[in-house]
Amino acid sequence: MAFTVTVMGLLIFAAAVAANFAGMILTSTILGPKRRNSVKDQPFECGSLPVGPTHTRFHIRFYLTAILFLIFDIEVVFLYPFITILRPELGVTGLWIMGAFLAVLVFGLAYEWRRGGMEWD
Amino acid sequence: MTPAPLPLVPPPAFRLGAFLWKLVLTPGAALSGTVAPALRAALGPHLPPAGVEAVLALLCFVAMSGFVTVTALVLTLAERKVAAFFQNRKGPNRVGPWGLLQPIADVVKLLQKEDTVPRAADRPVFLLAPFMAMAATYMVLAVLPFDRGLAVTDLDLGVLYITAVSGLGVLSILMAGWASANKYSLLGGLRSAAQIVSYELSPALVVLSVVLFSGTLSVQGIVERQAAGWNLWAMGPMGVVGMLIYLTAGTAEINRAPFDLPEAESELTAGYHTEYSGMRFSMFQLAEFMNMFVVAALTATLFLGGWQPLGPLAALHIPGYLWFFGKSGAMVFVIMWFRWTFPRVRVDQLMTLEWKILLPLSFLNLIGVALWTALGMK
Repeated sequence: MAFTVTVMGLLIFAAAVAANFAGMILTSTILGPKRRNSVKDQPFECGSLPVGPTHTRFHIRFYLTAILFLIFDIEVVFLYPFITILRPELGVTGLWIMGAFLAVLVFGLAYEWRRGGMEWD
Repeated sequence: MTPAPLPLVPPPAFRLGAFLWKLVLTPGAALSGTVAPALRAALGPHLPPAGVEAVLALLCFVAMSGFVTVTALVLTLAERKVAAFFQNRKGPNRVGPWGLLQPIADVVKLLQKEDTVPRAADRPVFLLAPFMAMAATYMVLAVLPFDRGLAVTDLDLGVLYITAVSGLGVLSILMAGWASANKYSLLGGLRSAAQIVSYELSPALVVLSVVLFSGTLSVQGIVERQAAGWNLWAMGPMGVVGMLIYLTAGTAEINRAPFDLPEAESELTAGYHTEYSGMRFSMFQLAEFMNMFVVAALTATLFLGGWQPLGPLAALHIPGYLWFFGKSGAMVFVIMWFRWTFPRVRVDQLMTLEWKILLPLSFLNLIGVALWTALGMK
């Protein structure tokens, strides 16, 4: 037995939290000074003049890591329903099925490893 | 003249103390078991069901805000005091006795700071990012089981829900990093996102092994099942390994030392929140501290029995929420301890640790728990 039981309650809870923090930011806007100048508007680079474009190019590794994550995360999500009913319903037979599925996952991991997908550089 | 006999009724101050003590010892279940139904019964005739839900949700919000405020204040002070004691100094000791009022002074100071938005920034995204960080944290807090029945809500899919909404935190970091129009923010945000995303896999697998062992996805259900023995030892050797993986990956997920590369101040000034000031900055900071508590509390819930007492100590009738906070507090201390024990890792070491050590290990752990459960099945 918990306090709210519906998704709507959870959403109202989240809305109240957002309103609370909006109020706090409003308070700080009222209390705080408002003195803008050109130096304050610059991107902060430890006091020296900003050099080069602000949206710099970044390494392709970040993109590859995200793809790798997506693959494994979807596999983990596939495991959820399976594992929830393993104990109450599937029993030991389910274990073999899960073993086969996990073997595919581990094979994928090993392949990724061999191909150097996990080297950072 | 003989003195008047002492009254048998204790003085008011003492009575108040006794009442408060009784309140402290009230189990959380009594609170949710009597207050929530009583409110429902009282409001039912006057409001539509949706209205009753709304009132209860707002009540939860008030309680949770109080809890977050107190926890954040305590954690900021604790962080500085613990750091100080590890370095053989005193830490904050000027504001209030033993520096106890320091966090309040900090809040007052932060409220008076200017709320700056860089001219080049992507304004709506920049302004929204701190809200996203707070939202992710509060959504996880909503299912934390403080005591039997004492949680904002108890979802059947609790564990899956936690994995899902804690992923929203990455979004806020990417938003802040991109919208700041600052190359250090961008790099810090990307590093942080890559790190959080990588370190989301092994905790998810460890949580899966706990779900497999408990046979339920509900967080309350998982705690309920640990009445006989905490998962730490009920799961055999896999419990210990699982908890170590969870705690390590959790520390990395909240960007704390030794995995605090996104905020490596010597390379990236302050990472993704370089351009934030005043209240918006403190929202990020608050989210970070609360995430530390969430990781500690989830470790306690999944492996250390949550609000369940420790075996024979159940005879003491210590209320469950005190157990919960005790265990979470111990885990928070361990996470702070990490910071002063391990030097910051390099980015390639970070990725190697997750993809080549923790991930295979958590796969093995999952298989081990499956076999362990099968042995117990009959």
